Amino acid sequence: MEKSKSPEESRKLLDKITFDLTRSIVKRDELTNFWYFFLIMFAAVGLWGWFIQIRDGLGVTGMRDYVSWGMYIANFVFFVAVSLIGFLLSSALHLLKINWAKPISRVAEQVAIAAVALAGIIIVMDMGRPDRLLNVFIHGRFASPILWDVTVVTTYLTISILLFYIPLIPDLALLRDKGTDDIPKWKMKVYTLLALGWKGSAEQYKLVYHAMRILMLLILPVGLSIHTVTSWLFAATLRSGWDTTILGPYFVAGAFVAGAAAVVIVMYAYRQRYNLKDYFEDLHFDYMGKLLVFVCLVYLYFNINEFLVPAYKMKTAEGIHLRNLFTGNFSVMFWLAQTFGLILPILLMLCKYFRKPLPLTIISVFVLIASWVKRYIIVIPTLEHPFLPVQNVPDHFKHYSPTSIEVMITLFSFMAALLIITVLAKMFPVITIWEYAEDKGIEKEIISEPKN
Amino acid sequence: MKTLGSIGAAGVVGGSSFLSSCSKVQTTSGDKIRLLTSSGELVEVDKEQLKPADMPSLTENQKRGRKGLPGRSWVMVIDLSKCRNARECMKGCQNHHQLRPEQHHINVLQMQDAEHTAPYYMPKPCQHCDNPPCTKVCPVNATFKREDGIVLIDNERCIGCRFCIAACPYSARVFNWFEPRDAEKYEGVTYNIEANVPQKKGTISKCLFSADRLRDGKLPTCVSSCPNGVYWFGDRNENAVTNGTTKETTSFSKLIKENAAYTLMEELGTKPRVYYLPPKDRAFPFQGEIEDHHS
Repeated sequence: MEKSKSPEESRKLLDKITFDLTRSIVKRDELTNFWYFFLIMFAAVGLWGWFIQIRDGLGVTGMRDYVSWGMYIANFVFFVAVSLIGFLLSSALHLLKINWAKPISRVAEQVAIAAVALAGIIIVMDMGRPDRLLNVFIHGRFASPILWDVTVVTTYLTISILLFYIPLIPDLALLRDKGTDDIPKWKMKVYTLLALGWKGSAEQYKLVYHAMRILMLLILPVGLSIHTVTSWLFAATLRSGWDTTILGPYFVAGAFVAGAAAVVIVMYAYRQRYNLKDYFEDLHFDYMGKLLVFVCLVYLYFNINEFLVPAYKMKTAEGIHLRNLFTGNFSVMFWLAQTFGLILPILLMLCKYFRKPLPLTIISVFVLIASWVKRYIIVIPTLEHPFLPVQNVPDHFKHYSPTSIEVMITLFSFMAALLIITVLAKMFPVITIWEYAEDKGIEKEIISEPKN
Repeated sequence: MKTLGSIGAAGVVGGSSFLSSCSKVQTTSGDKIRLLTSSGELVEVDKEQLKPADMPSLTENQKRGRKGLPGRSWVMVIDLSKCRNARECMKGCQNHHQLRPEQHHINVLQMQDAEHTAPYYMPKPCQHCDNPPCTKVCPVNATFKREDGIVLIDNERCIGCRFCIAACPYSARVFNWFEPRDAEKYEGVTYNIEANVPQKKGTISKCLFSADRLRDGKLPTCVSSCPNGVYWFGDRNENAVTNGTTKETTSFSKLIKENAAYTLMEELGTKPRVYYLPPKDRAFPFQGEIEDHHS
């Protein structure tokens, strides 16, 4: 925290910060319109795909009786993974009093909310009878890992929304009081409503700090559970490739990799689009790069355990699975994901140059794509090789390849997630103004004083 | 011999009650009506004799279907030395459970355990495990284990998550990816949980040991359809199993002991209720082709 400034200086600085951080809210040009149009159009195409799937049955996908989980489940695992970054950046680092991560925590929460909300929707889209969704609550059996997953996903979504909203309240009040005329009227009305009559008294701040701290503590076990339980959907079966004890930590480590990469990309987009070079500084990218190297190394360690140990023994069914990954049908995906998603990024990001904003963002794009591919080869190869031979069925039962309907619905999930992030960025400041201002040495009284 | 007697008696009682219900009819009105029986015969019946069929309601059917047959503990023994891949079991099963040609409740697999070992045919129904991995993972209790050992499905409740397919190491489960076979024909027919018919789009199906036939005192469809004497089926509590082809009844424990019976992948701890007699002294030579199913 910088030392306090004179009231005059403070007011001037606060005005500048507020101006910069409301640029995303004010800005509306052709590109914005095009972006919305692009997202909504593809999302609508995906919804159309879902309609066809409900009408004709899940047979419109490439899934059949042997590979009965496909791209949807892989995509679900991917989104759950990405959402875990909220847990790491806005809670774990915050609680450890690691200050550089503070301005990134709202970005992390945006990503977490969008990803976990979509994870919930994707799983419904994978159901054969989405019309019976309520059965899960009416007839729910707590012995099934699906029930654990439903519980933690909804809890995580709720806590993430609260963790996004509560630190936002003083910002909403600040915009309500000091917002410029450039901000559309309806947005100002929303701020007034959501600010809940915030006055900025010391007592109110105390409550906010208190609530944030409780939420950050709560999200630790819930966040850890959400991805561990998701891994148990696989680890609780007897299938080779899934039947391992390290699947929980392996998934959690992989989740941090995917989530950190996603946050870097979103950060870079905001920095460029909303001209926030002074807020998402080179320093932040440098630290995020270091964080990404660290989680990649942890993930690499789990990968070595996950593949090298069974490969040493080559038990019958495990051997078939591993051969398929190393040299068989899935070898291209496997080695591309390991090389471009893990090994090369680690080597590159060890150099300072590659932790600069643009190079780091490009690396993150590769890491994120590889993370998706990795989920695909966690789900599908195992199912293609059950213990007993696959016989007396048509050929397309033996190998899975996704259909255009699956691609459409998967595209929907990406578009919808980006739409949520975009709407959040267009509605609310992407960095917590009051926290940022306070770090720059501006007194709370000045932040909450009304516009003169 | 005692067990033989009790099975025989059950048969006689079943038969006689059917006859007595026919002879009870005394009044005739002279008005005849033509009816199609379930076996496809056209018959003429006096109008006075008509009464509503004794069909349990859906909830009643689901309730008794969940409970199972009291005091029973069904087991199946499959004699691999007798199977010649006639596939009558598969045909009978698909008709009984209204399955599409690619859907198998029972599937005759061509097996070879190791590179130089003898190939053989292996009919594979659901193993009706006593420690079933599938029912454990079901989020809505749509698949469950009954008192008499049968693992059943309620397709009125199934949400189609397919977790049970992933959990089953025997690939015993199938899914209705499209509208089921003859969906229009069976529209409006009350669901029978013990045969899992009519099938429903977006839900799971699998072998049920023909639980509906067991309730009627009959052997499962696959067991009765086999022309080669492969299947033995019966009650572990009675220690008796009956061969579906020869109708011979024998001691279950003796049969599995003398023939060194084994269960499939017993190392997984699933405790199957289907026992296999090894394919030793084969009645028929293996004529199939082993395909490399693992790559």
